[in-house]
Amino acid sequence: MANTSFLNVDNDNVLLSIQKFLKSILDLNDIEAILAPLHKKDGKNIMPVFIADPTLLNDVDPLAPAFAMNAAKLVSKLTHKPMGKKIAVVLRSCEIRALIELVKLKQAYLEDIVIIGFDCLGTYTNKNLAFLMASDTTDLTQRFCENALAGKEPPIEGGPNLSPACRACEYPVPENADILIGLLGLDIKKQVLLQALTEKGNALFENLSYTESEEPPGRKKVISEVISKKIEFRDKMFETTHKATNTLEKLSDYFASCINCYNCRVACPVCYCRECVFNTDVFDHDPYQYMQWAKRKGAVKLPADTNFYHITRLAHISLNCVGCGQCSNACPNDIPVMELFKYVANNTQAAFEYEAGKDMDQPPPLSVFKEEEYLDVVGIN
Amino acid sequence: MAEHEPLIIAFVCNWCTYTAADLAGTSRLSYPKNIRLIRVMCTGMVDPQYIIKAFLEGADMVIVSGCHPGDCHYINGNYKARRRIKLLKEILPKFGIEKQRLKLTWIGASDGIEFAKTMQELVIQAKTIGPNPARTGAGL
Repeated sequence: MANTSFLNVDNDNVLLSIQKFLKSILDLNDIEAILAPLHKKDGKNIMPVFIADPTLLNDVDPLAPAFAMNAAKLVSKLTHKPMGKKIAVVLRSCEIRALIELVKLKQAYLEDIVIIGFDCLGTYTNKNLAFLMASDTTDLTQRFCENALAGKEPPIEGGPNLSPACRACEYPVPENADILIGLLGLDIKKQVLLQALTEKGNALFENLSYTESEEPPGRKKVISEVISKKIEFRDKMFETTHKATNTLEKLSDYFASCINCYNCRVACPVCYCRECVFNTDVFDHDPYQYMQWAKRKGAVKLPADTNFYHITRLAHISLNCVGCGQCSNACPNDIPVMELFKYVANNTQAAFEYEAGKDMDQPPPLSVFKEEEYLDVVGIN
Repeated sequence: MAEHEPLIIAFVCNWCTYTAADLAGTSRLSYPKNIRLIRVMCTGMVDPQYIIKAFLEGADMVIVSGCHPGDCHYINGNYKARRRIKLLKEILPKFGIEKQRLKLTWIGASDGIEFAKTMQELVIQAKTIGPNPARTGAGL
């Protein structure tokens, strides 16, 4: 049973109460640092920072609609070998889901970390966030959270919409956090929900003096309403993407402006190879090869191998894709990469009855097999 | 116009299907010249990208063929191959590469006759499906 309590919010400022909560965690003897998004005073960026000095927690801003990168990759850096110290990491739902995938791939470990998750109200693309932050950022997080919880679209009046990945996200509430900060179904001017979801969370909870309480009765309904709205957006997005990519010719058009920079691969939290085949000399084609392609096909797009790259990445990681949207975010030419990856991932994961980031005990489909399975793919008929 | 002569890429494992192909040859069995055999040590080493590459270069059909379940020289490579084929059969049709263009079979080392028959059947099927548009299109 979840250990449930509330964080009181003073002065209509939800961020202050969360900062206070994080300080109380850092004050505990066994937690020595916290990874969390930090918004430096007057700074125009909100980036993940690994914080050991409690005073710096005054600038921590996890609820801001900023998502510069998927921090699961950073947790991998902090945990791939034992650090010898316990730390806390404040992550969005999709970051936790990506982290779960990395743990299954043995590229991150949970032993020494406590995961603090929160109801994610969505984020902007980096470009749109920069646009918003170029103007007044006073109370940005508070305004954003209040409006987003009230269901306003776009959440900041006159501003851009949330990123498509967030609008299509079916997991606003993280499931694998140790401690969850709940916002949906709460009046965040008064209080936010605090829940311990795991043994580890419970143990931490016991060291903090919160009184046991009940989850607000309306919360489940609010969550399911938010999710069904997002699924509606997602399904329309799948439909559009399907129509735009259902032949190789159309796929070429879809990726026509791809410059093979591989930013999407770098930004992808679950692209797990240490060395990517697309960086090897396998792709240093003989110059005459280009002539052969051009003659056979009439012309060849350069840089070449664009469809090959994207379909290969789909084969490699669509089963692990959590739909965080960082691939689209990283694209210099605004190709809707996430739209395609999430669409294909939805299908491949369903085919293997797998949900990326959901269940630690469910092995990645390509890491296991059974003797009697998928007999329908065998044979020539 | 001449009938389309399909091009079929066959990834065959060293221990079973390649040996079967060899047996078909030494037994003077004939099979169509549309097949290009690529010998691999095990179907378990056929990375999905090999298959994707073959289709993007215009192969009309790709077949991966190895040892029967339980007979894999490396114990379980063929089971891994089966999952990868399952995965590709989900992905490739999204881009108009029909499921029927990708095949997985088990042909044991002594099945020379089976090998020749399978290859004959594949060519008939490939002719029915028609040419892969990627061969001459999708260059841009």
